[in-house]
Amino acid sequence: MRRVNKDQKVRISLTLNGRKVSAETEPRTLLCDFLRHSLAATGTHVGCEHGVCGCCTVQIDGAAVRSCLTLAMQAEGRDVRTVESLAGPDGKLNKLQQAFQNNHALQCGFCTPGILMSFTDFLSRNPKPTEDELREVLSGHICRCTGYAGIMAALKEAVAAD
Amino acid sequence: MSQRLGTRVVRKEDPALLSGRGRYADDLPVPNGTLHAHVIRSPHPHAEIVSIDSEAALALDGVWAVITGEDIKALSDPFLVALKAPVHQWALAVERVRYVGEAVALVVAENRYIAEDAAELVDIEYNPLEAAVDPVAACEPSAPLLHEEAKTNEVSVRAFHYGDTATAFAQADRHVKLTVNFPRLSFTPMECFVVIATHNPSDGSYDALANFQGPFSAHPVMARALRVPGPKMRLRIPPDSGGSFGIKLSVFPYVVLMSLAAKITGRPVKWVEDRAEHLLAASTGPNRVTEIEAAVTKDGKILGLKMDQLEDYGAFLRAPMPGPLYRMHGSVTGGYDIPNVDVVNRVVLTNKMPAALIRGFGGPQLYLSLERLVQRIAVELGLDHIEVIRRNLVPPEKFPYHAAAGSLYDSGDYPRAVETAIGDGRLNDLKKRRDAARAAGRKYGIGFAVVVEPAMSNMGYLSTLLTPEARDKSGPKNGATSMATVVIDPLGAVSVTADVTVQGQGHETALSQIVADRLGLRPGDIDVVLEMDTGKDQWSIAAGSYSCRFTPGTAVAAHMAADRLAEKLKKIAAKQLNVMAEDVELAGGKVRSKSNPDNALPFKRVAGTSHWSPVMLPEGMDPVLSETGVWNPPELEPPSHDDRINTSLTYGFVFDMCGVEIDPITYPVKIDRYVSMHDAGTILNPLLANGQIYGAFAQGVAAALYEEFVTNEEGAFLTGTFADYLVPTVSEIPPVELLHQETPSPFTPLGAKGLAEGNCMSVPACVANAVADALGVANVELPATPKRIHALMKQGAAAS
Repeated sequence: MRRVNKDQKVRISLTLNGRKVSAETEPRTLLCDFLRHSLAATGTHVGCEHGVCGCCTVQIDGAAVRSCLTLAMQAEGRDVRTVESLAGPDGKLNKLQQAFQNNHALQCGFCTPGILMSFTDFLSRNPKPTEDELREVLSGHICRCTGYAGIMAALKEAVAAD
Repeated sequence: MSQRLGTRVVRKEDPALLSGRGRYADDLPVPNGTLHAHVIRSPHPHAEIVSIDSEAALALDGVWAVITGEDIKALSDPFLVALKAPVHQWALAVERVRYVGEAVALVVAENRYIAEDAAELVDIEYNPLEAAVDPVAACEPSAPLLHEEAKTNEVSVRAFHYGDTATAFAQADRHVKLTVNFPRLSFTPMECFVVIATHNPSDGSYDALANFQGPFSAHPVMARALRVPGPKMRLRIPPDSGGSFGIKLSVFPYVVLMSLAAKITGRPVKWVEDRAEHLLAASTGPNRVTEIEAAVTKDGKILGLKMDQLEDYGAFLRAPMPGPLYRMHGSVTGGYDIPNVDVVNRVVLTNKMPAALIRGFGGPQLYLSLERLVQRIAVELGLDHIEVIRRNLVPPEKFPYHAAAGSLYDSGDYPRAVETAIGDGRLNDLKKRRDAARAAGRKYGIGFAVVVEPAMSNMGYLSTLLTPEARDKSGPKNGATSMATVVIDPLGAVSVTADVTVQGQGHETALSQIVADRLGLRPGDIDVVLEMDTGKDQWSIAAGSYSCRFTPGTAVAAHMAADRLAEKLKKIAAKQLNVMAEDVELAGGKVRSKSNPDNALPFKRVAGTSHWSPVMLPEGMDPVLSETGVWNPPELEPPSHDDRINTSLTYGFVFDMCGVEIDPITYPVKIDRYVSMHDAGTILNPLLANGQIYGAFAQGVAAALYEEFVTNEEGAFLTGTFADYLVPTVSEIPPVELLHQETPSPFTPLGAKGLAEGNCMSVPACVANAVADALGVANVELPATPKRIHALMKQGAAAS
């Protein structure tokens, strides 16, 4: 395991959305802050900093994690994916994103990146979930605008479209 | 598929937000050299600040300043408040702290991590004082005083009399009385407050970017505090904001604080509030204690009403408080035809977080008391609740209806809405479920709620808190101006700006539909830019997104601006098409003759004429394709001498009905079925409309069953994380069946009313009524948590 002094700056290298990137930061920097401030990946949002709201969810090696409960150093050398990876290079929305637009599954859009990243992971492992399973995963996120009705409709549409 | 106004059009906003390309305040670049701030907050509800020792903090590398209340007091003035009382608040506590979480000092450093390290080295000595926490006790002469100069914590009392309430009570068969408490809660937007402030010493100006939502009546408050005229306090609002629900008005003291920090340090200063700070100190809805009493006939007709409303605003009154106590004032009789009303409005200050804007803004408090009372009338008279509602609803033939306290209800058919909602077997189904549950020994109740939902506030409503004489002296306040500008560029591209702040409502989509409709284009042809800049946007004092002013206000202004451009284009084209302007229409991207549609010009060609060939324009026409719609409806009159006030322009109607079942072992309240009927006049976009309603419904459920800011008797704050302050997830929100009826408003050209707050007002009342019905109790405290239900059931068991 890499050992560093707490006052020493560290260079962290990882793969972000398919591209190798690196930046210097303090060992105590959270992954969410590192992504937003050092790597300019501002699509990942910080909503509570105590792991409840789910806004900051990203994927590390394909698994959805709370980037506010992860140190940047823990992502060293790993494959990190954020909401910026979802649309095509031409900006075309993917199936899940499109279902969100079709069903008015977002209003302010602040919680949305985290929800998309959770379900990108979940649906890749469970392509045909039940409604209860969708609800169970969504209950790891707080959305204050939509009342969740549009999000559930979007998730069902995305699953049915397969 | 049609994309016209009134149809379901998906949002233009979404692709960017779904791709991580939103531009929220914390995503935007900051000026070189920007410093980062951290706020040190009071651990005490009430204490004198004895000393602040910053020496160790300042010695830390990277720390630029530790700013205290004394620094702030020297450089700024206290915030203006609507109420003339000696209640002074600066951006940092001066001499004394008055609530847990109050900002005491500001550490400014090279980054946030260093600022937080330094904060731990600042040594603050306090002398704790006794706290006034309970609003009723805080009115007692023996209560500790928050603001000694004010000589009381009950800083405003006004009594209002409409009709002849004494006679109504004398002639009634019965009086029905109830005391109702509305709790403190917030709707905690997922994005917290963000401010980036710069000071320019060469002209003494400030420039701040903040995710402020309006009302822009708070802008002069900020400028006055900073001792500069409005133009020297430039406030810019980013293109995206992570929700608000009223809460982000309360970023304004921090705009002033960071502006002063920028002045003190000589560097731009950025502050991002964290969630712990947000829950502790950002904003809460006011809690209210209402004593309400009705004079009724034995068949359930309400002859008169008496209300004593004591509203608790916490430690300070921030502008525009005490708004929630007065915003509903004209429509204090709700959906009922009650000619005689006495109201006493009282404002109390306590050692708690200051209250401010929150979605519903006074409605949830009013309707919880009024609708609980109507349910009690039914119980005490042995009548069916729905019968009592029917007997008192404003009849459709009385519209436009003058409510006792001054509201002019524009349109509606309340009985039809109620009958539609309970019809189609819906109420019968609820009764069947209730009977089956009760037969099996389970606790099941049915609740109803009737709500009149105001939209677009009269800017004069708050002056109702002054006496008529004081109002005469300061000049009548009234009206509400909405503005939007539509511009066509030299190649025929159309763009729109408007006086609203974006928080997720879909304004961009709705505005593009409205403008496209008038210009014969598609919504996709219209670009809408809604980031705001007080240095360039000349909107009115009413600007901002609050009290549902978009649909009856800004939407109308956009419609007017586009309409004027359409008329102009028709005149330009008439000359070129060789027809009369009356024969010209805009459709399908063309400007054409109605009688001979083949005689047509492309839209962009006609638009280009005014840019490229102004000499060809009809005589006297201004060669500018930019129109600003200004909408100021005349119905919004100032308060009358007898204190009647038309508090809002439009009044929608909501009728809710639900069945709840209570688990007899673990005591959660489960909403078994929920039906919500809305009449918001003409619907502009059903997708957006239902989205707003679903969101308000979830927040209503949150208020009814889950969310509460809890302060203990000593004033300690107990709900400082999302583990203690329970925001419902999808698992807690039941399905809701939405029904619509459309009775267009005659007071706006679009006929559309507000609809985004109604369920925040109706759901707490409806659920409380259902719980009361289930348990057979009179007093239901919200949120109806398992702990409270358990206490009620024990009390019920003891009584029986």
